[in-house]
Amino acid sequence: MSKVKTVADLKKMKSKLQAKVELREKGDSPEGRVVIKVGMATSGIASGAKEVMAFLIEELDKRNIDAVVMQTGDMGYCFAEPTIEVKRPGEEPVVFGYVDKAKADEIIEKYIKFGELVEGILPDNYQTID
Amino acid sequence: MQILVCAGTGCQASLSEELLSQLNSEIEANELENDVQAIRTGCFGFCEQGPIIKIMPDNTFYTQVKPQDATEVIQEHIIKGRRVERLLFTDPETKEKIADSRKMGFYKKQMRIALRNCGFIDPDNIDDAIAKDAYEALGKVVTEMSPEEAIETLKKSGLRGRGGGGFSTGLKWEYAFKNRADQKYVVCNADEGDPGAFMDRSILEGDPHTVLEAMAICGYCIGADKGLIYIRAEYPLAIERLKTAIVQAREYGLLGKSIFGTDFSFDIELKYGAGAFVCGEETALIHSMEGERGEPTVKPPFPAESGFMGRPTNVNNVETFASIPPIYLKGADWFAKIGTNRSTGTKVFALAGKVNNVGLVEVPMGITLRDVIFEIGGGIKNGKKFKAIQTGGPSGGCLTEEHLDTPIEFDTLLAVGSMMGSGGMIVLDEDDCMVEVSKYFLDFTVEESCGKCSPCRIGNKRLHELLEHICKGNAEESDLDRLRNMSTVIKESSLCGLGQTSPNPVLSTLDNFMNEYLAHVIDKKCPAGACKELMNYVISETNCVGCTACARVCPVNAISGERKEPHFIDISVCIKCGACMDKCKFDAISIQ
Amino acid sequence: MKNIELKIDNRKVNVPTGTTVLMAARELGIDIPTLCYMKLNDLDIECAPAGCRVCVVEVEGRRNLAPACATKCEEGMVVKTHTPRVLNARRTVMEFILSDHPKDCLVCSKSGHCDLQDMAIKMGIREIPGIEIAEMSSYRLDTSPSIIRDLDKCIMCRRCETMCNDFQTVGALSAVNRGFMAAVAPAFEMNLEHSTCTYCGQCVAVCPTGALTEVDHTPEVLRALADPDKIVVVQTAPAVRAALGEDFGMEPGTLVTGKMVSALRALGFDYVFDTDFAADLTIMEEGTELLDRIKRHLDGDKSVKLPILTSCCPGWVNFFESYFPDMKDVPSTAKSPQQMFGAIAKTYFADTIEKSRKDIVVVSIMPCLAKKYECQRDEFSIEGSPDVDYSISTRELASFIKRANIDLKLLEDDDFDAPMGESTGAGVIFGATGGVIEAAVRTAYEIFTKKKLEKVDFEQLRGMEGVRSATIDFDGLPVNIGIAHGLGNARKLLEDVRDGKSEFHAIEVMACPGGCIGGGGQPLHHGNSDIIKARAAAIYQEDRNKPIRKSHENPFITKLYDEFLGEPNGEKAHKLLHTSYFDKKKKVVVKQ
Repeated sequence: MSKVKTVADLKKMKSKLQAKVELREKGDSPEGRVVIKVGMATSGIASGAKEVMAFLIEELDKRNIDAVVMQTGDMGYCFAEPTIEVKRPGEEPVVFGYVDKAKADEIIEKYIKFGELVEGILPDNYQTID
Repeated sequence: MQILVCAGTGCQASLSEELLSQLNSEIEANELENDVQAIRTGCFGFCEQGPIIKIMPDNTFYTQVKPQDATEVIQEHIIKGRRVERLLFTDPETKEKIADSRKMGFYKKQMRIALRNCGFIDPDNIDDAIAKDAYEALGKVVTEMSPEEAIETLKKSGLRGRGGGGFSTGLKWEYAFKNRADQKYVVCNADEGDPGAFMDRSILEGDPHTVLEAMAICGYCIGADKGLIYIRAEYPLAIERLKTAIVQAREYGLLGKSIFGTDFSFDIELKYGAGAFVCGEETALIHSMEGERGEPTVKPPFPAESGFMGRPTNVNNVETFASIPPIYLKGADWFAKIGTNRSTGTKVFALAGKVNNVGLVEVPMGITLRDVIFEIGGGIKNGKKFKAIQTGGPSGGCLTEEHLDTPIEFDTLLAVGSMMGSGGMIVLDEDDCMVEVSKYFLDFTVEESCGKCSPCRIGNKRLHELLEHICKGNAEESDLDRLRNMSTVIKESSLCGLGQTSPNPVLSTLDNFMNEYLAHVIDKKCPAGACKELMNYVISETNCVGCTACARVCPVNAISGERKEPHFIDISVCIKCGACMDKCKFDAISIQ
Repeated sequence: MKNIELKIDNRKVNVPTGTTVLMAARELGIDIPTLCYMKLNDLDIECAPAGCRVCVVEVEGRRNLAPACATKCEEGMVVKTHTPRVLNARRTVMEFILSDHPKDCLVCSKSGHCDLQDMAIKMGIREIPGIEIAEMSSYRLDTSPSIIRDLDKCIMCRRCETMCNDFQTVGALSAVNRGFMAAVAPAFEMNLEHSTCTYCGQCVAVCPTGALTEVDHTPEVLRALADPDKIVVVQTAPAVRAALGEDFGMEPGTLVTGKMVSALRALGFDYVFDTDFAADLTIMEEGTELLDRIKRHLDGDKSVKLPILTSCCPGWVNFFESYFPDMKDVPSTAKSPQQMFGAIAKTYFADTIEKSRKDIVVVSIMPCLAKKYECQRDEFSIEGSPDVDYSISTRELASFIKRANIDLKLLEDDDFDAPMGESTGAGVIFGATGGVIEAAVRTAYEIFTKKKLEKVDFEQLRGMEGVRSATIDFDGLPVNIGIAHGLGNARKLLEDVRDGKSEFHAIEVMACPGGCIGGGGQPLHHGNSDIIKARAAAIYQEDRNKPIRKSHENPFITKLYDEFLGEPNGEKAHKLLHTSYFDKKKKVVVKQ
């Protein structure tokens, strides 16, 4: 990657990256991929987020589901760790709490495959800045 | 379609379970099982309007839905596609009905500035951060602003240090800027020492670049080309992510020589602490970084005059740094408008204790404690009664019911005998004994005192001993005067912030819960039933059937009695383990 | 420097910028009590950790009380030093300190000389509230050849640390542990004996309590005196006579040579001799060695080590053995006067009185604690019989005299015994910094130039500055002299020698401030450096009073060489009067 030499470089890079992220996250085309973010802060990892992430990667692959699994930081719902956010193409992201392997399995089978919500959704309760 | 039913404790108390089963039977009755699901969700954080349901995918949000409303919701909304107007939320200001939850931004009491990217980006990937504006503020500052202008912006924003002191960040930078020296340093205090507080850790783990960026901005403003992050070795993940972030930022030229083609250079190095609470105090932190014993020295001189290696040094904590880049991107006025006049912006709190939704919350300053506990926190666990909230970490004060509507600001919290601190919030309920709670916090400060000054080294120990004395029922009423005097002297005579605040839990509970102390010293009773020495297990003669189960389980043979006759506990032998009470099937054993 | 005006207790005072409130108050005659604070004015030694908090005062506009010792005066400051709030805080803090201090004052070796005891008396403390439930911090007692550490009595004033680290740069003592168990100890709380301690005793000299004291050897001396089969010989170091009177209420700087001799005789010593005699002997050996090295150097001998370093001070010897073992062939090989005395007493003198080595017990009275260790070194013993059996300090002698029902003040003057009691002014000035080298110059000059000195006083070599230098004209040959007192100052000179940057031909080092007169075994100066200066004046007074002021003119010394030793630096002299040094670089071993 070339170095950022000017502010213009950074802005150019940013818009390119944003487009990439947008494609990843807001891919509104029906054939777009499912994006799953796993909260991998210390609280998440302590309650098993690593295992859940590994499980998701392995199982989605086994079950031939085109999805991106990525790590992210603390979502703030520490009472419900591990937490994952699932974004189906063209839909609002949904956050699930208390995700163990069984729950992850249920999420894959019901929500990811068919958009059928399962218990354990955590409503987002904050606004963020754009 | 889905109907999301809030299953938070608040809503459950207001019959959300019954509502759910009503909805399910309506769905069945109308043979909608294949099209509609009713499912439980976590708390929406709007408990006073509960029970709450949300219908997906159109995001319709109904409040105060009673079980008998189920029929109407199914019939009208699900089958006929018409909103049930009377169940919609009425905006208290505009009096308008609001249906779409996404338009109800105001109810979302949380606002994320410092945590804006936590949980959104991949912290190991600088590209993710750049897509979310990382380093843009730095670019703007170094290419468009003079250090004076940049400091002025920060001063205008009203940002105050999030680490505990609440000192104006802009002023702090200005002092460091004005002190001339051949070398200056920017230090990030990542020695989060408050037990239970982990916002700094979460920021470092979730969005390390924002801290690097803000440190570089600070370096530009005060004239430093070297940044140091003092981080406790107990934060391995944060350390790893910071290391990765620093490497990536260097690769991109965002740290290093001539940043953004200017002649500003800045680089960052990690320094590890051993996790001592007192090293959060900036002079102690600096001594620790220098390889000396981590203990504070008298200020002045402030680090801005003579800090790391005797050079002007600006120390801010992680959360403060994380709040800075948006100020430059969105303007000082934008930030100053959030929160209140004297406390602008947002603050992250680590909500813990007897509250349903423990976790990190970031709220605009000025929000009330009530909102944090009952709305965001989802109320008290197990439907118990709220008793107190301890803010500001182990050396904050315990506030009561009457302080619930106090807006959370640096100065208002100080005025009521507590403090903002680094943002710990521990909720206590009716089962907590306030004397024991003070003792618990003192445990921590006794352990973490560096031992340099005598009030903190010995005084806190004496406070702790006296509290223990009280909890055991051995103290006299006059001891309470001594408790207060010792606390006051420790507070006003100690060398650093640790000792100057460590008696806060004691002083605030003496002020707010004097009756509990009196009960301990006069009646020799613990009203909350928490102090073991002051309670006794008693067998009720009427309920006891003489099954002997309790006598058999008692580890010290304190229970005697004939078979089929009421039993009796010898309290001089009883060790109050509670095994008998757990074993009794007849509710015959109680605590008195 | 700009002056500032402030008000203390409603009185105006004008002080230079940088003055502390404590000093400003003293200008007004207001004596704010201090405990941890210590300042030795002329020696540039200050201990102001602001730790004890006994000196707290009220400063208008400040929320907390401020430590007067570490608070700098500000323009317009309004200070109150004895408000009820201040007095209450001060008393409460003292109660804290006393609550964690053993109450065995009656039998404490520091009793009567204890700063903590004095403060308790000053504040009129009659009880310690809560003492019945107060836990005490307790530590393992540590005994070394010279110093006993009883940390139960440590009040964390950090004075010992200031002396050990800042002044001596020995670094044997530092704060260990946290909170209530904090104390000052060697690293890893190992024994002093296993640390880099040089036994200079400066920690003992400044310790306000009984936490650091000398090992008391008076019982052994008493036993020897009581043994009819033993001839007990005593030697008194030059600095003792200039300070002993202080422990009997005499003005600092009162010379008590004659009274001291009477007292020793009254105590039952068979021969009362003078270490000054051995000092003259040292000059003969060391001076000859110096001239020899200079001559060889002038002759182009590259192997010769210059500068020569004095070796009279056992603290200094321990220091270079620990920190500069690579340079252990640089110092003079001459033994210290104490050991030369012992070697001669148990050979030449024993022959004179027709006794054998085992019949003689040599006791030394020293201003020094390192001498206790020195006389126990293996190389100064022959088959388990040490040349000097016991070394007791000036303080121990004072206590010994008092115990024997002797009032020093009432005694008539008496003279030392011959032959080893006869000395010159050159031997006397060994007690003050610069004295050894001045004595050496007096002799070396005359031997080298074969001319008589017109003026024996070398004022340029005297004074209290930490590092001094002078060039003495040896009849056309400029001899560069360096002087350091305090091991930190010595370290600077020694590092230059190691780096080949030193221009000196000879360097004198004494470990203690002011030389032996400020030794670790002297009556306590309680932070008043004027006392040390008064002792120096007394030493030079004694020098002027002596009829002979050059070592080589001491007739008994001449006789000793003629009858017994042969030539200075000759074979026999070398065997008896010279030593070698060891590599004592400590390897820190941490026990798991």
